[in-house]
Amino acid sequence: MQTQVLKKFWLLCLLFTFSSVASANLTIEITRGSDQALPIGVVPFAGSDGLPEDVAQIVQDDLERSGYFAPLARSAMFEQPSQSDDVQFGTWRSLDVRYLVVGQAEQTDGGFELQFELMDISGQRRMIGETVTVRGNDLRGAAHYISDQIFEEITDIRGAFSTKIAYVTAQGIGDDMQFGLYVADADGRRSEQVLTSDEPIMSPAWSPDGTKLAYVSFETERPAIYIQDVATGQRVQATSFDGINGAPAWSPDGRRIAMSLSKDGQPEIYIMDVANRSVERITNNNSIDTEPAWAPDGRSLLFTSDRSGGPQLYQYTLGGGEAQRLTFTGNYNARGRFSPDGEQIFLIHRSSRGYQVARQDLSGDRLVVLSESTRDESPSVAPNGTMVIFATQQGNSGVLSAVSADGRSSFRLPSAQGDVRDPAWSPFLN
Amino acid sequence: MQLKPLARSLAAALSIVVIAGCSSTGGTQDGDSYGSQDGSTTGSSTSGTGTGSQYGSTSGSGAGQQADSRIPEVRTIYFDYDRDTIKSEYESVVMAHARYLRANPNAQVVLHGHTDERGTREYNMALGERRANAVERFLNIQGVSPSQMSVVSYGEERPAVNGQDESAYAQNRRVVFNY
Repeated sequence: MQTQVLKKFWLLCLLFTFSSVASANLTIEITRGSDQALPIGVVPFAGSDGLPEDVAQIVQDDLERSGYFAPLARSAMFEQPSQSDDVQFGTWRSLDVRYLVVGQAEQTDGGFELQFELMDISGQRRMIGETVTVRGNDLRGAAHYISDQIFEEITDIRGAFSTKIAYVTAQGIGDDMQFGLYVADADGRRSEQVLTSDEPIMSPAWSPDGTKLAYVSFETERPAIYIQDVATGQRVQATSFDGINGAPAWSPDGRRIAMSLSKDGQPEIYIMDVANRSVERITNNNSIDTEPAWAPDGRSLLFTSDRSGGPQLYQYTLGGGEAQRLTFTGNYNARGRFSPDGEQIFLIHRSSRGYQVARQDLSGDRLVVLSESTRDESPSVAPNGTMVIFATQQGNSGVLSAVSADGRSSFRLPSAQGDVRDPAWSPFLN
Repeated sequence: MQLKPLARSLAAALSIVVIAGCSSTGGTQDGDSYGSQDGSTTGSSTSGTGTGSQYGSTSGSGAGQQADSRIPEVRTIYFDYDRDTIKSEYESVVMAHARYLRANPNAQVVLHGHTDERGTREYNMALGERRANAVERFLNIQGVSPSQMSVVSYGEERPAVNGQDESAYAQNRRVVFNY
C-alpha cells in the first residue's frame, strides 16, 4: 500500500555533508544561579599552560551551568595544588569550599594525558581520581568526561556534559531566508553545520542511539521528514505525504517514528515503521493533533490536541482506548516532553505573562512555570533529566536558553548568527 | 460565463452563506485569545455561527471588473489572531482570484498559510494550514477546480516582517496566493 509509494521517495542523497562553520559557536551566559548550589573549587591543572584548551575552566563552566554547583573564582585561590597530597584542607575550608578538583595535564606523542582528583573538603578525603588519555586534540571531550565523573560522584546523577544539542538557525526575512541545521556540544561549542537550505528546516529529533537526526525540511517547497546520519551526512527522505509532514519523534527502541500528518484532512498522529516506511494512524478526530512524544517505556504517546477548544496535552496508550487529557491549567498547553523517568512532563504553557516553559507531575495536575522568559518554544529535556533546553527571544533575536528541572537555575546560549531555535538535546552518547 | 452584476452578487452572497456554514471545521477554536485584538470568543468546537453576517455585509462589492486574463495583483490576505475566518475586507481579493482561476483552467495556485510567531512551531504549522484550507474551500465554492489548488503551510517559519509587536504579528498572519 503506502510502502510502494514511499519507496519511490526513498532518495539517497550524499550532497549534504559536514561543513564546519567556525563562527557558529554559541556562548554561555548564566542567567540565574541556584541558591542551593554546592561550593566547589576547580584548580587550574598543572602543566596546562600552552595547551589548546583550559581543561579546568571547561570543567568549572560545566559544573556551574548545571546549577548544582557554585564554583569558587580562580582569583580567590591562593594555593593551586595539582594533586591530592598537596591539598591543605584547612585552606579550602576557610574559603567555604565543600569540594575541590585538582589535576595536571601532559602532552604525549599521540595527544594528551590528564589526571584529575576530586576531594571532599569537609570529609578530608579523596573521593575519586582518574588518568584520562586523550587521543588527538579532543581536550574538550576529555574535560566534559571529567565533568561527568565529578557530577555523578557528588550528585548520584549521571552527568550529561558529553552530550550534544541539535538546533536550527534562520537568517533573513520573507522569501529571502537561509536555514541551517547544526549539531554542537551541550555547552554550545564545536558546532557543525549538518544541513543548509533556503527553505525552512524544523523539528530535529535524535534517534535514541544518537547516530541519526529526523527533521522536517521544506527543500521540495513543501514539508517532508528526512532522516540523516549525523556522522556521515548521508540522508534519506522518509515521508512525502500531501499536507503537513511534521513533528517527528523516535520511539525509545528506535524502530518507529511518531509524526503528525494532515494527508487525510486535519493533522493526526501517525506512527511510521522506520524499516519499511508504512504508517499507522493513531488519532482520528476533527481537530489538530500534533507534537507527539514517546513515554520512556515506549507504551504511550504524549501529544498536543485542540479537540477541547484550545491546545492541551493528551496521553494515548498504544493499543488501548481513548486519549486522556493531562493539562487543565490555562487554555494553551502544548509541545510536551517526558522526563527520562516518565514521571513529569515539560511543556509550553501560556500564562498571563506569555508562553513559558512549565513542568507538571503526572501524579497530579499541578503545573509549575520554570522559565522567566515569555516567548518560549520547543522544550527538550537533557537525558539525565536535570535541565530543559528551549528556544526563546532576546531582543529581536531567537536564542537558546536552558532552565533546571526545578526552575532554580538557568543559562542562555546567545549566538552571533541570526535566530537560533528548535533545540533538541541528544541522548547519552557514551 | 458573463453574469450580470446583480446575478453575480446573488451568486456570491449565496456561496458565501454556504461557505459560512461549511467553516465549522476551520475555526481555530481557542476562545481566550492572549494578546488578541478581537475579543470575540467562539469557545466551542464549531465556529460556524456569527460569521455569516460578516461575509454578507460586503459580499459582491468592490471586486471590480478587471480583465480575468491577468493574475490579480493583490496576492496576500491577512487574518485575525487565532482565526482562519476570511475577513470581509479580503473577500474581493479572494473573489478576484476565483475569477482568474475559473477563467484560466490551466492556472495553478499554491496557497501558503502563515501564522505569527507566538505559540509552538508545529501547532502553528497546523494553524497556518487551517487558514490556507479556508481560502481553498472558499475558492472551491466559487467554482475553482480542486485540481488547480494546493495548500502548503509554513506556520511561523517564514515571517513577512520581523518584530514582536501587534503590527508585525498582523502582517505575518496571512495566506499568500502563489502562481
